[in-house]
Amino acid sequence: MSEADLIDDTGEEPAILTLPLDAWHRARGGRMVEFAGYHMPVQYEGVMPEHLWVRDSAGLFDVSHMGQLLFRTEDGADLDGALESVLPGDIAGLKPGRQRYSLLLAEDGGILDDLMVTRLPDENPFDVQGLYMVVNGATKFDDIAYFLDQLPEDVLINHMEDQALLALQGPKAVDALARLVPGVRDLVFMTAAPFEWDGKPVWIGRSGYTGEDGFEISIDGAYVEALADALCAQPEVKPIGLGARDSLRLEAGLPLYGHDLDEAITPVVADLGFALSKRRREEANFPGATRILAEREGGPAVKRVGLLVEGRQPVREGAAVLGADGGEVGRVTSGGFAPSLNAPIAMAYVPAALAAIGTRIQLSQRGKVHHATVTAMPFIPHHYVR
Amino acid sequence: MSRYFTEDHEWVDVEGDTGTVGISEFAQGQLGDIVFVDVPEAGKALTKGGDAAVVESVKAASDVYAPVSGTVTEGNPALADNPALVNEDAEGQGWFFKLTLSDPSELASLMDEAAYAAFVAKQ
Repeated sequence: MSEADLIDDTGEEPAILTLPLDAWHRARGGRMVEFAGYHMPVQYEGVMPEHLWVRDSAGLFDVSHMGQLLFRTEDGADLDGALESVLPGDIAGLKPGRQRYSLLLAEDGGILDDLMVTRLPDENPFDVQGLYMVVNGATKFDDIAYFLDQLPEDVLINHMEDQALLALQGPKAVDALARLVPGVRDLVFMTAAPFEWDGKPVWIGRSGYTGEDGFEISIDGAYVEALADALCAQPEVKPIGLGARDSLRLEAGLPLYGHDLDEAITPVVADLGFALSKRRREEANFPGATRILAEREGGPAVKRVGLLVEGRQPVREGAAVLGADGGEVGRVTSGGFAPSLNAPIAMAYVPAALAAIGTRIQLSQRGKVHHATVTAMPFIPHHYVR
Repeated sequence: MSRYFTEDHEWVDVEGDTGTVGISEFAQGQLGDIVFVDVPEAGKALTKGGDAAVVESVKAASDVYAPVSGTVTEGNPALADNPALVNEDAEGQGWFFKLTLSDPSELASLMDEAAYAAFVAKQ
């Protein structure tokens, strides 16, 4: 068999960093791989059982590799306006404790990252008046460099490298977390608030990236092991690795940066038009606005779609989408076996002519042709608590 | 009957000039839940070390190589409906294919059970 798939990357490469829960993952049997420059658990008992456990109960994910950033200004300078110069979302309209999904855009409208931004309420564990942002781990240093380059000098950015981030996801996440932090029941999807756990300040939002109800919990890295232990002591909760995180978000129709999104793709092509807030569209003053609004008006030439793949064999990232003449007209950007559907699914970029729901298309992988049907995403319904 | 292993974690049971090929218990454990197996059809000529089959877990696709050269006589028909057989019984009912060996002297380069166990212990 091909070695690369079998032998884990557990070599002692000094360039690979460790996160606060590194020893905790290993003690719980996590199989560690390199991801976004860190040692991370890809699985504990197996991708399939972990995936199904999250859909049925609650799973704990260590997402401390992601970048947690604070933005503020001094002397009342316009922070929202500054962020709106690089994001197409309505930041000024974001109320305290409200979260929003947004996109970091290059000058030509290409997507540099996708992120979550939250207006901090007056009282918060970071003791900052401004915005809290979570960006992808693999892109965080590039994002920070871009912010520093693009934003006015009076915008101050704090990268909280010692802050850990946990995601607790699944229909029973609320029951498990509310036993430790009772107030979280009052949060609804895409809101966040300060809490205390065991006398320690925590920042908790009701959001995630699995399509299930759940929470993201920011806590000082010095206390995260105790919190992870307390959460996994709840009967509903098991630790879950990156493998299931990927299959869960794929079923939820959620794009993964670096795979389904990159700097050559605009928000409309990525079918993320909802991230273009109405006021921002009317003002047309975000990066790439002319191009992006024209795509929104006239329809993009290519588009991200969901695919139900026929048969049992997964069609994965890199497979070609074939046109009528058998030539390549698009690419699969994520694909795999969907445990909750018991069938292979994928995301792909296809020409507009092939993007309508129900269109049957051909894919080519390692010299073999597969058939698939364009389908609406999410592949399984979201279960957010609004 | 003798069982031989490759460094790529395939096994082959040899009886006369007939070999039965699969992946090792260690390999299935590393792959995790297997969702699809593409086995070769009867009549296909395989070369030692060349692509022979594909095994897909939830996570990834992996090539399975021919441990010895020969001509395929049968793919395991049970794997189409139940690829999880490889997880349940990798070195038994979860076999991938049978072949007629074209050069039994190739077996000399493979490991026996004890040597493979020592090889895996170092992984």
